[in-house]
Amino acid sequence: MAKGFVAITVERCKGCGFCVEFCPTHVLSLSSAFNSTGYHPPHVVAAEKCSGCDLCGMYCPDFAIFGARYAR
Amino acid sequence: MTPTTLEIPDGAQNPVEPFLRMDRMPHIWCPGCGIGTTVNCFTRALLDSKVNLDKVAIVSGIGCTGRVAGYARLDSFHTTHGRAIPFATGMKLANPELQVVVYSGDGDLFAIGGNHFIHAARRNMDLKVICVNNMTYAMTGGQSSSTTPAHVISATAPYGAFEPTFNLVALAEAAGASYVARWTTYHVKQLSRSMEEVLHKKGFCFIEVLSPCPTLYQRRNKMGDGLDAMKYYKQASKIRNGAPTGECTLSKSGEIVVGKFVDRDRPDYLELLRAQMTEALGERYVESEASCSC
Amino acid sequence: MHADPKGVLTGVHFLDGDHACCEGTLAAGARFAAGYPITPSTEVVERFASRIPTVGGIFIQMEDELAASIAIQGAVWAGAKAFTVTSGPGFSLMMEHIGLAAMTETPCVFVDVQRGGPSTGLPTLPGQADMMQARWGSHGDYGIIALCPNSPQECFDLTIQAFNLSEEFRVPVMMMMDECVGHMTEKVVIPEPDQIEITPRRYTKLPPEEYRPFEPREDLVPDMARTGEGYRFHITGLTHDERGYPNMSVETQDRLVRRLLAKLNPLANGRSLCETENLEDADVVVVSYGITSRVAQRAIQLARSRGIRAGKFRLITAWPFPAERIRELAGRVKAFVVPELNLGQMVLEVERAAAGQAKVIPVSHAGGTVHNPDTILNAIVEAAR
Repeated sequence: MAKGFVAITVERCKGCGFCVEFCPTHVLSLSSAFNSTGYHPPHVVAAEKCSGCDLCGMYCPDFAIFGARYAR
Repeated sequence: MTPTTLEIPDGAQNPVEPFLRMDRMPHIWCPGCGIGTTVNCFTRALLDSKVNLDKVAIVSGIGCTGRVAGYARLDSFHTTHGRAIPFATGMKLANPELQVVVYSGDGDLFAIGGNHFIHAARRNMDLKVICVNNMTYAMTGGQSSSTTPAHVISATAPYGAFEPTFNLVALAEAAGASYVARWTTYHVKQLSRSMEEVLHKKGFCFIEVLSPCPTLYQRRNKMGDGLDAMKYYKQASKIRNGAPTGECTLSKSGEIVVGKFVDRDRPDYLELLRAQMTEALGERYVESEASCSC
Repeated sequence: MHADPKGVLTGVHFLDGDHACCEGTLAAGARFAAGYPITPSTEVVERFASRIPTVGGIFIQMEDELAASIAIQGAVWAGAKAFTVTSGPGFSLMMEHIGLAAMTETPCVFVDVQRGGPSTGLPTLPGQADMMQARWGSHGDYGIIALCPNSPQECFDLTIQAFNLSEEFRVPVMMMMDECVGHMTEKVVIPEPDQIEITPRRYTKLPPEEYRPFEPREDLVPDMARTGEGYRFHITGLTHDERGYPNMSVETQDRLVRRLLAKLNPLANGRSLCETENLEDADVVVVSYGITSRVAQRAIQLARSRGIRAGKFRLITAWPFPAERIRELAGRVKAFVVPELNLGQMVLEVERAAAGQAKVIPVSHAGGTVHNPDTILNAIVEAAR
């Protein structure tokens, strides 16, 4: 079970790839799908590895993703 | 398309959202632009610093970074080109309770607004100045700025820039700033911590943040996209806290010295004013009530 | 409301216009000034720098006029009443921020002690050649108010008016002095604080969640909020909607800019300030303002003594220009004579308002000194023929 999760607001994404590149546990990948403005948003490929560190949220220039730890 | 997420608890919210005017999203910044990243760091610094957000005012000039004030859900002022600092000066002096943050770009703060910057630093005005340095005038189409490195092609340097540049951190230190740091948008944790530090520090504080401009600066120079700039920052940056600022010059593709360079305690403008007036006038001196006159 | 006694130097004084203007700012409640030295205006803030530490407030000498003219606006949004002072070259540098104040509806006062121009011109000598600049100097369409004192007493009285009008209409107000009025010393009576009417800033009574910073009241002027009280408002020089948010639509631009002008309509005519004499039977009306009105007074007396029915119309509010009053006069007089220390500025407004119904005769002067009364008299005589 993952310690944390990421939430993605697909429509706000501009596909810069910062979150994918700098996720320390490689949870994300850019999707091949498009959002309505024509960008490829990230999607979760390894949910179980997410620590909820929110580094993706700190990098995302479009406020389109954030991470958090599950409350235990 | 549905968001590809797993088990998102009810009520989970991006921590940045309460600090933003969400009714103005999406913002105007380009894909791969780093300004939004600096805003993330700023909001987390505000959160962590536990300052009263009602007492924080944010002042911007003109340009891409000048739009930050318009997105921040604070008392926010989008002023004229280059003049954010003198506006902020008036605001701070009229109501010293306010924490006044100036958030603007390199063209705004150091070319058209350069004189105001050095004088506010000289006065040690209690302002927190954050400069997003993308080394170009982006909003107007990628012209040269006073930080555009040599050999870079810009809209107004079609054969390459050749003017010597300002080293912003050295300039800030020489002019009298109490706090001087430089980070890049790669250094989100450190940047956020620096921003939090200056929210608790008196006097003129300056943070330079190098930030990608893929659309204008990088495209003309075949420097790839925003992510390529971020990888360059990661690879070329050396953290040297306390490094002599004179040694921290920047170039087109060389080493980037980052860190906190200056953190010194000096009386700020209002302290100096009070001390001088008390010395000269004694009990006749009446502390400013500027903001209560009406 | 009445003036705060702390700033009021009640009594009979012997002051020059610059110093009287400073006392006016203090009586009006100004507790913040930013300035940059420039002749012949600096005495206003020199006195303020000396007075304010014992009244409670801030004077700061900024690095240039650009800085001074926007520092005051930061102070206003933080809750202060604020002003700056300058002369010709500095006034030119302030133009962008007069536009900002007009666009963001920031109440503040700009004092311009006019000297001879253009450029560095005649730093120590009078001129009245910034009148059109005061009205039109910043880019775009907007409205301002300009007042023209002709004595140290009026430098005091009208400065208070300037602050009051700027609060009422939320516009920058120009105090259009000149070197002569600024440097002439006369008796100035400063009344008791409870004899001085002050217009307080109109702050919204709505809670933050209902407040829209640029939603106009019935009089087309919106209420303000103060920084630091949880309103979290946004102010921008960009074209903005009622929320204060940038909006680049043609409709928003039209609505905003038309309102910026229309809100001043009550002042344009009914409430315009002027001083008139002998208009009932006048054949020739001398329209003047500032120091020139005092020379014109002599010329009018001389004309009357020669049996010419000359009347006086002194502009106190130069802007908005009282066009209706001039138009009404134009229907029943032969001519207007317009002396001013420039090569023809306010005379253009008189011509526009007279619309061919009466002759309009400029008596221009490039500045550096005042008119000889005989020059104005000759024009009156010529006009009466």
